[in-house]
Amino acid sequence: MKPRHKRLAFVLVGVLAIGIAVSLVLNAFRSNLVFFFTPTQVANGEAPRNVSFRIGGLVQTGSLKRSQDNLEIHFVVTDTVKNIEVIYAGILPDLFKEGKGVVAQGKLDNSGMFRADSVLAKHDENYMPPEAAEALKKAGKLNEKTGKTLVLPESKS
Amino acid sequence: MIPDLGNYALILALLLAFAQSGFSLTGAARGNVVFMGAGTSAAVGQFLFTGIAFLCLGYSFYANDFSVLYVASNSNSALPLQYRLAAIWGGHEGSMLLWTMTLALWTFAVTIFSRNLPQVFRARLIGTMGLVTIGFLTFILFTSNPFERLIPAVLDGRDLNPLLQDPGMVFHPPVLYMGYVGFSVAFGFAIAALLGGELTPEWARWTRPWTTVAWMFLTVGIAFGSKWAYYELGWGGWWFWDAVENASFMPWLVGTALIHSLAVTEKRDAFKLWTVLLAIIAFSLSLLGTFLVRSGVLTSVHAFATDPRRGLFILCLLMLVIGGALILFAIRAPRVGLGGKFGMVSRESFLLTNNVIMVAAAGSVMLGTLYPLFVDALGMGKISVGPPYFDTVFVPVVMPAIFLMGLAIFARWKNSDLKELLAKLKWAFVASVLMAVLIPVMMGHWRPLVSVGLLGSLWIFTTALISLRDRLKRRTEGLASHLIHMSRAYLGMIVAHIGVAVFIVGVTLVKGYEVEQDLRMAPGDVAEVGGYAFRFDEMRQEVGANYTSAVGHFSVTRHGSPVTVLEPEKRIYVVQNSPMTEAAISAGLVNDLYVSLGEPLSDQAWAVRIYIKPFVQWIWAGCLLMAAGGFLALLDPRYRRKVRGDAAEGQV
Repeated sequence: MKPRHKRLAFVLVGVLAIGIAVSLVLNAFRSNLVFFFTPTQVANGEAPRNVSFRIGGLVQTGSLKRSQDNLEIHFVVTDTVKNIEVIYAGILPDLFKEGKGVVAQGKLDNSGMFRADSVLAKHDENYMPPEAAEALKKAGKLNEKTGKTLVLPESKS
Repeated sequence: MIPDLGNYALILALLLAFAQSGFSLTGAARGNVVFMGAGTSAAVGQFLFTGIAFLCLGYSFYANDFSVLYVASNSNSALPLQYRLAAIWGGHEGSMLLWTMTLALWTFAVTIFSRNLPQVFRARLIGTMGLVTIGFLTFILFTSNPFERLIPAVLDGRDLNPLLQDPGMVFHPPVLYMGYVGFSVAFGFAIAALLGGELTPEWARWTRPWTTVAWMFLTVGIAFGSKWAYYELGWGGWWFWDAVENASFMPWLVGTALIHSLAVTEKRDAFKLWTVLLAIIAFSLSLLGTFLVRSGVLTSVHAFATDPRRGLFILCLLMLVIGGALILFAIRAPRVGLGGKFGMVSRESFLLTNNVIMVAAAGSVMLGTLYPLFVDALGMGKISVGPPYFDTVFVPVVMPAIFLMGLAIFARWKNSDLKELLAKLKWAFVASVLMAVLIPVMMGHWRPLVSVGLLGSLWIFTTALISLRDRLKRRTEGLASHLIHMSRAYLGMIVAHIGVAVFIVGVTLVKGYEVEQDLRMAPGDVAEVGGYAFRFDEMRQEVGANYTSAVGHFSVTRHGSPVTVLEPEKRIYVVQNSPMTEAAISAGLVNDLYVSLGEPLSDQAWAVRIYIKPFVQWIWAGCLLMAAGGFLALLDPRYRRKVRGDAAEGQV
């Protein structure tokens, strides 16, 4: 091969490699986007079936029920207008409390229950998860106090 | 009194920062020696007064001065002293002060250790750092003053967030900031070179130690943070691809590219523009990280919109620094020139490829971190990018870089023969593949991803060993004295690369073979997890300085013989009435046993997490080795030479 051909081959391989890398990245990106829906949106049927998404709102007071022999938990997430029943099997984060903000990720099952595979509550008492605050705001019920945020350094979700 | 003193000290520091950059830059432009000297003195003064402000804030915490709003909202009289002091950087205002303090410290270090640089260059460097200092001091004074008063004073403070009441809080932020902010020195070097329009191999040799030190701090800082999350958050994760973590990881990736690129610029006078660009990007990413963490955009772009002062300020600062630097780059780049040429198969080309891969990796992390913010800001709904994105993208992007790491240490500068390289390394490759397949089989079950990870790790390890053996073969003296006299830069490179190998082993094996079980357990119950029996003996109550605690007692046995006793805690911090999980970990070279308490269930039963984390400690050991490699490289005598002599024998 002449040096010119060599260079051309090198450039072609480079372009191909970059193309593959970019398509790989974008593909992974698209399939890992998690969308967020408020309880009202879910009740209106806007949320997808069989695809994982996030919901957020307040844990309705008095709705938490535990199973007697395993770690299964039932609770209701509300944006004060509509409610969703959530089932979760696992350990809840430290700051999970009735009446406080919560975000859960999972899928809707056929009966319209939300089966969560993770439940997030952030690590500060004042901190309302942004998704939860969004849900309440959309429902028009967010007052200034619960929406107040406090940012902490290096705090992890 | 003391807080007011701190406030005045900050104002004086700002004025001195103006003097620092004003005198230095005009002095350099006009060749005025007196001005340049004044700029340096102002820099020292700026450091002193920032230091005084920092000490004043520290004293306010020490003395429980709750007439200071920041102290009242981040401390409490019951808080132990070490955490009262760590609380200095427990909130927004204080961490910005720590940022500026670190910058002042680096500036001060530059004034001391750069005496042998040409005076004009040094003045430009100090002047540039002064400009950054002005930005941050103004930010603190106008939007986030930690000395703001609370009148009337409260009787007691709100306490430090329980999550932060941990030894990790004492070390992690300062070390991380030393790294973050340390890239400002490399940035200053880059700008000074662009201003002068001249970029020589000496420039790279001056810049290298500074960049390496910053990179070491960043490496150790990130490792600290990861370890802290591992034991403190109570669910055994060590990296979450959380935006705050990504904010520190992006500068690390580009910084890693930068220290390699600097090596090429020093040795071969090549990659000059690329190196300068990397220095600018690395510091820009540090600033971006500061913006992400400090502006409130992560909490919610709407929070950012309702209190836009802080966010907007940092955003403008970001624009000014990055925009200004890039415009300067565009204007001056043609004057700097491209530097030495090199063949397609050469150490330069391998290093350049890996550089590009590192930047691409940083780019993919950035995409995943910033995209949700953009979508939210444009009002197109809320989305999040899950950790699986980062996992699936990062591994294939970085894999070729790992392969080239092995090749690059054998490739010659300028032009190298691919056939010769392959002939030399084919056995290393075959051995790595064989072991990568066999080890997972021996561990019980084979998984493709584990083999891939181990292959990368073994490849780095074997190539590093072969390279070391080649060097030792050429020795003329005894083994020990040869090792001592071997180029430190070379040894540092080998140690750092082995650190990467160790790190990959940790990540691969813990991802591949960790066992996680969430259980419901009552005292007396025994759980079998991963070949260990965990017996939940009892619960007892304890009272700490500012918390009450429920402590579980677990005895762990393996085949009937006792292994260890683990005592996980569930604490309630009194002031904020917030619960906090303290995991109990028995750390080991091969396995970590990890128990943490969930919430109490009915009749004495608790939700309990029991995890077996194989080789997880290797992750942090690998990071420490990388940093140790950086340290070894720093000891290379050529950085202490005043005039350039022959290039040391060491290669990278």
